[in-house]
Amino acid sequence: MTETEHVRLLDSYDPNDFYCEMLGKDASLAAHTKPVRYRLGQLPVDELRNRARDAELELYNFGITFTVYTQKEAIDRILPFDVIPRVISAEDWAFLERGVAQRVTALNCFLWDIYHDQKILRDGIIPKDLVLGNPGYRPEMEGLDVAYKNYVHINGTDLVRGDDGGFYVLEDNARSPSGVSYVVENRHLMQRIFPDLMSNIGIRSVSNYGQKLHEALTEMAPDSVLDPQVVLLSPGTYNSAYFEHIFLAREMGVPLVEGRDLAVENDRVYMKTVNGLREVHVVYRRINDDFLDPEVFNPDSMLGAPGLMSAYRKGNVALANAVGTGVADDKAVYAYMPRIIKYYLDEDQIIDNVETHICRETEGLNYTLSNLDKLVVKPVGEAGGYGITIGPRASAEALEECRRQLVEDPSNYISQPMINLSVCPTLVDAGIEPRHVDLRPFAVTGKSTWILPGGLSRVALTKGSIVVNSSQGGGSKDTWVLE
Amino acid sequence: MSKHLLSRYAEAVYWLARYVERTENLARVLDVNETFSRDSRGGQNWQSILQLYRDEERFAETGQEATAENVLYFYALDQHNPSSIISSIHMARENARTLRPLISTEMWIQLNILYNHLRAMTRANLAEPRIARFCSFIKEACQTHTGITEGTFYRDEGWYFYQLGRWIERADQATRLLDVKYHLLLPSVDNVGSPLDVSQWNSVLRSAAGYHAFRRIHPSGMTPTDVTGFLLFHKRFPRSVRACVAQMEALLHDLKTTYDLRQGVGALEQLDALRSGLVNQTADSVVKSGLHEFLDWIQQTLIKVHGELGHDYFGYEEAQ
Repeated sequence: MTETEHVRLLDSYDPNDFYCEMLGKDASLAAHTKPVRYRLGQLPVDELRNRARDAELELYNFGITFTVYTQKEAIDRILPFDVIPRVISAEDWAFLERGVAQRVTALNCFLWDIYHDQKILRDGIIPKDLVLGNPGYRPEMEGLDVAYKNYVHINGTDLVRGDDGGFYVLEDNARSPSGVSYVVENRHLMQRIFPDLMSNIGIRSVSNYGQKLHEALTEMAPDSVLDPQVVLLSPGTYNSAYFEHIFLAREMGVPLVEGRDLAVENDRVYMKTVNGLREVHVVYRRINDDFLDPEVFNPDSMLGAPGLMSAYRKGNVALANAVGTGVADDKAVYAYMPRIIKYYLDEDQIIDNVETHICRETEGLNYTLSNLDKLVVKPVGEAGGYGITIGPRASAEALEECRRQLVEDPSNYISQPMINLSVCPTLVDAGIEPRHVDLRPFAVTGKSTWILPGGLSRVALTKGSIVVNSSQGGGSKDTWVLE
Repeated sequence: MSKHLLSRYAEAVYWLARYVERTENLARVLDVNETFSRDSRGGQNWQSILQLYRDEERFAETGQEATAENVLYFYALDQHNPSSIISSIHMARENARTLRPLISTEMWIQLNILYNHLRAMTRANLAEPRIARFCSFIKEACQTHTGITEGTFYRDEGWYFYQLGRWIERADQATRLLDVKYHLLLPSVDNVGSPLDVSQWNSVLRSAAGYHAFRRIHPSGMTPTDVTGFLLFHKRFPRSVRACVAQMEALLHDLKTTYDLRQGVGALEQLDALRSGLVNQTADSVVKSGLHEFLDWIQQTLIKVHGELGHDYFGYEEAQ
């Protein structure tokens, strides 16, 4: 069989000059996907569609859903899943792994420093008020020693690949990054639906995430505890990421608790069991700092446990991630990451940042205002793709509105050049078309950092869109890291 | 170090079992109601089901006539009726969702599919020729749940609370069934032994899935007293009140010895009283001294058992 026959399924596929994760920029670049392309070529599109339908039904039956609340009812939606995998070569992965680990190490050094000596502020590497005046900065953390100087136990780094085939860091998620459940469930789904596509390709497993996470969390427990009790603290069934919380609790074999299951007595944290109170040593919390402890943070919070912070400060319980990591994944602080990495590690950053203009600085604001139609403007405090203005695609009115907001509150914004995100062949109604993707690898840090060989590839299913967030019509793909 | 079950999980798994058991019983009652509900003049009386579940008032609020079609819809698919099949399965599913870190994936998937299936159903699925099919579908779904649970659920404390939920609900359902049916079906003297009378008691037994078991110990004849005695006192029939009580006692003792649980005394005391009340009675004497009062006493005691479990294990606060 010739190469052209192999790619039958992709015959009419045209990546439109974008960097393609399956084909590269020219076929020789993507040699690593050849076996996958060959096998995809054996599948008629109809067969692919049938299997995609099976996959969707299975996701629905499994309840691998997130919940959308309308005024009338709660609707369980599946995160749309595209069956054509995104494949990453071993070389690319080795590079990403080093880059992500470097970033996590630097974030932890940075957090330790700003909550202790604040050398980086005194040395003027990053503006003092950007850190100390940041809503994610928690004075309660000052002087608190966390195990192994480790704050970011679970980190998600959002990466994109540009036209040049190079990877860039779009942002760090150092609070409660979500999505890892989809990485694992997508893989298990692919194994059931496409065993023929996957056999003998040499795909690295993602199944041990739960064990690795549990191991790392256990390492964080107070020293004196021999058999630490780890729990996952969730806001409860109404949270849209509840599925992931269940997944993680299951995979780790630990109880999923809600605030009402916890009690703090004499600065020790307990959970309420059928045989009375049992001590808890490590809390993997999936609720924000604000809601952790009504005695210290938001007094109206019903989600956390009163007294938790006091127990934390006494060293009787570990929290993952630590309190106060929000300052490190702030979009404005992000702009300083190359300098932060250099400062603590004396290394150049391995994966580049996207060029970022900080609108709180006059220079950055002026540049942004005079190049508004070429830039992507992002609010620094928002997540989920909200409030973004994509200059080259925005209407005149939208640009004007953006300009108005920039002038009114410049320090709330950063701007970046528009990156032409790489594409993946994706099954859509019209056939197989290119759709833009990003990549979020997950790093787990206990005594050392481990990176799950895979990651969440989010795909913007709307034609031409570069917004991959699930709240904005994004889906996901299985991500294969080759051996 | 033994890891004890979270109180909230214990309660959720107990309710999971209760709701599935409740659903199965309701499906049985609806299934046999066609014959069951005919009075001595052969007319159909769908009010009896409303009485059985003490739902007359709630049904009246729907503003509908108590026709077969409306009552069926009310009990099968009406999401506003908290005791409907769909509501019970919804609650079972919500509890299962809470319990996903604890229960098997198969248990969850089956309930999730069942609930989604029910949500997609309409009145057309309940049209007369399909009632039996609908009820069989529900019964089988509940039995599938029971089978999956038996075959996959890890046997630790959670399993005990699951079973406690199932047995307490089953005992309660047996008393409710007898309570209304007895009064409703109690025949006038000249009807005793008539074909209609026998067929109605037949239906009571079938509602409790006990016809064949009953026949094994009463090869001929079928008196109201025999049926009542069978459903209340028979040790070997797995839906009799006495069998349910015995199971609960054994489970609570096991929880104390195997898992070292300090609590549970209150529930055991209540169950002890219940068992004494059951073994020292005959169907004849109960019927003579007032079946309704006796059934009411059982129900009240079961409520106390539930309260004690809630207080000792689920973290309920003291009664106000």
